[in-house]
Amino acid sequence: MKRYIKIISPIILILIWEILAIYVNNEYILPRVGSVFLVLLQPFTDILGSGSLAENATVSLYRVVTGFLLGALAAIPVGILMGRLQWVNEFLDPLIQIFRPIPPIAWIPLALAWFKIGFTSIVFIIFIGAFFPILLNTIDGVKRVNRTWIETAYIFGTRELQILYKVIVPAAAPTIWTGLRVGFGIAWMSVVAAEMLPGTTSGLGYLIIYAYNFGQIQVIIAGMVVIGIIGLVIDYLLKQVERKKFMWQGLER
Amino acid sequence: MKLKIEHLEKRFLSNAGEQITALEDISLEIEDKEFVCFLGPSGCGKTTLLRIIAGLDSATGGKAVIDDHVIAGPDPKMAMIFQEYSLYPWRNVIDNIAFGLEVRGIPKEERYSAASRYLELVGLNGFEKSYPYELSGGMRQRVAVARALSVEPEVLLMDEPFGALDAQTRNKLQKELLDIWGKTRKTIIFVTHSVDEAVFLADRIVVLTRRPGRVREVIPLDLPRPRDRTSAEFARIRRHVLDLIEDPGHPQ
Ligand SMILES: Nc1ncnc2c1ncn2[C@@H]1O[C@H](COP(=O)(O)OP(=O)(O)OP(=O)(O)O)[C@@H](O)[C@H]1O
Ligand SMILES: [Mg+2]
Repeated sequence: MKRYIKIISPIILILIWEILAIYVNNEYILPRVGSVFLVLLQPFTDILGSGSLAENATVSLYRVVTGFLLGALAAIPVGILMGRLQWVNEFLDPLIQIFRPIPPIAWIPLALAWFKIGFTSIVFIIFIGAFFPILLNTIDGVKRVNRTWIETAYIFGTRELQILYKVIVPAAAPTIWTGLRVGFGIAWMSVVAAEMLPGTTSGLGYLIIYAYNFGQIQVIIAGMVVIGIIGLVIDYLLKQVERKKFMWQGLER
Repeated sequence: MKLKIEHLEKRFLSNAGEQITALEDISLEIEDKEFVCFLGPSGCGKTTLLRIIAGLDSATGGKAVIDDHVIAGPDPKMAMIFQEYSLYPWRNVIDNIAFGLEVRGIPKEERYSAASRYLELVGLNGFEKSYPYELSGGMRQRVAVARALSVEPEVLLMDEPFGALDAQTRNKLQKELLDIWGKTRKTIIFVTHSVDEAVFLADRIVVLTRRPGRVREVIPLDLPRPRDRTSAEFARIRRHVLDLIEDPGHPQ
């Protein structure tokens, strides 16, 4: 019973969609479920000369992973320093407070002005999107490391650098990982948005905007489904790692 | 090993901005291989005193000296055991015990063989691969003891190590600790606010006064071990110590 309950709501949604589609009876507003599935079942077929679903998904993934990794590479060390050293925190905090509320999408015009349309500017937007959640979670995780763990290490004569990688990082790892998950979610949303800009020639965001210009609503919906599924799968994988690696966190007494 | 505490004083600045004197003019000498208990009511400065000896805090006056060396930071001759939450939850038991040796750069094989020895000493064979969350409170403190012993310190500093345990486990661990002390011949400084625990364990009890903490009296105990909690002698000493603690001692 428990296992089935999760698939009930998607089935209801699909049913309502199908009923509405029959009622609307207009492929240019709401296509039938079947025609969307037809697109999804042919992921390697070229769509109107814009590349296949799989090709475009790969391009998006490549961009998002690049921007996300760069974001993590920058945010984690900075976050550790800010969490560990009060003066670094006070020094950088004003900047973070100013930049954090700016949504990644708002950086698009600036990215275009600096890097022109293409890989670099899209990666830049993703970088911005991933950076802040990872940074904030890292700071938080490092600040909340149990003081006794650190003092135990001091007692054994542990040097500051060793404390960092033998105590602080493993202790903060679950919180940092949460930051990575949130960061990836935002990065994935940002890539699709960035790819919808005029001038882009590949990616899932590009594909659905392109399909719009041709009135191919079933391609738009298929593209959205793929975006959703990829996001879901990656979050699931990250969560699995969390459950295996950081089991101690929930069970600590 | 010889530990000397000379006119130690510790003041804190409270959040309200007023000075709190936690410790005032503490002078003590602790001999090699001695089992000393610091006893006093909550807030009298026991933890503060132990932390200064451990090199985790600094005094605002006076000094603590180990073997002619003024303590200014953690000293390899001493290891400390905290009340709780000191094990690394992401490390299994054996890796927790080996932690101190690991940060000192002892090769893997050597530190695991040492860790296994101490694991055995505290009676936890078979638990090397368990994680702290799989252990009871008493087992976790045994691991903490093994970890402290693994670096072969001369002095063990223990801050209410059994304070969070139930009475039965607590009594059991007290006996085990005396066994370990007998086998390893360490100096032990043991903080507690339980009169019973102090009388059961100590060679000498240092009774501290209510804040500001001062030495109220140092009581040498020459009861033979194992001590019998139900004996008349035990009860008499316990009564004496209790009187000292309940009576404020010095007029404010
Ligand atoms: N970091 C600090 N800042 C301000 N005051 C402090 C600080 N640490 C301790 N104190 C104060 O110093 C006094 C002694 O504290 P301490 O923790 O040493 O007592 P204790 O004897 O260990 O008490 P307990 O038996 O409850 O553990 C207390 O009044 C406490 O409020
Ligand atoms: Mg205390």
